[in-house]
Amino acid sequence: MKPGKLERKLLAAAKAHPPSDAVPYAFEQRIMTALLRAPVPDAWAVWAGALWRAAAPCIAVAILCSVWTMVAPKHSDTASNNLSDDLEQTVLAAVTQEADALQ
Amino acid sequence: MEPSDAELIAAVLQGNAASFEPLVKKYSPRIFGTARRYARREDEIADIVQEIWMKAFQKLGSFRGDAPFEHWLMRLAVRTCYDFLRAHQRNRESSFTDLTEPEDDWLDRFAADPDNAPEDAAAAKQLIDRALEQLSPPARMIIQLMEIEDRPVKEIAELTGWSVPLVKVRAFRARAELRKILAKIAKEKYL
Repeated sequence: MKPGKLERKLLAAAKAHPPSDAVPYAFEQRIMTALLRAPVPDAWAVWAGALWRAAAPCIAVAILCSVWTMVAPKHSDTASNNLSDDLEQTVLAAVTQEADALQ
Repeated sequence: MEPSDAELIAAVLQGNAASFEPLVKKYSPRIFGTARRYARREDEIADIVQEIWMKAFQKLGSFRGDAPFEHWLMRLAVRTCYDFLRAHQRNRESSFTDLTEPEDDWLDRFAADPDNAPEDAAAAKQLIDRALEQLSPPARMIIQLMEIEDRPVKEIAELTGWSVPLVKVRAFRARAELRKILAKIAKEKYL
């Protein structure tokens, strides 16, 4: 038996028998009922869901940052040992420079 | 005068869901014909068609109207059928040892005289259906669209969302896969 010839014959058979396009009785009513029954997505529920999904990664990032600030090695001797002092110095740098210039 | 597809779609998008019903009525035969190419059981076919219409309703806002609604709907239908094939691919494994008597007879006639074996015989259709069921989802989709429905590569690419080179590669692999399955039939029957 030649598979190539068998393939051509069987494909021709498939072409000769197209499937039926009959639609079951009252099918459009089934679709319309399903459509009207389908829940309408509530924008607030979607927003709340997104917030809940975002909560876990945010907590993980916060924990990692906390651990990093405690464990990270100090860069230089001149740097302050206190993170809050560093932050304050950076935020108020412009004001401090202006005050220094006036003096 | 009946409203056009564009008018019905505009009405649905404005909140009149009932305007969707004429579209369902008009295009369901085409969708059922497509779904029956990929599933056998009538309950599965009805579920596929329902899923297609649900998706069509939900995504109607993305229909831009620069091509006929039927083309957009058929793309959705083909992609949903492909998802169905992928979800049910575990059922593919079967053997050709349990051929029915008409299928067996048709193969005997083909072996005796390949040129005169009837192509319009129902047994031949059952045999190709068995072979198609054993193909992988992409191979089955390609054989169906390219070899049975005679669609050009570009159209298949548009329907499936695959690139043209991917369609060509998958067509090559699909033909090899089908030949392997048909060789298996010959081997199981005559060895």
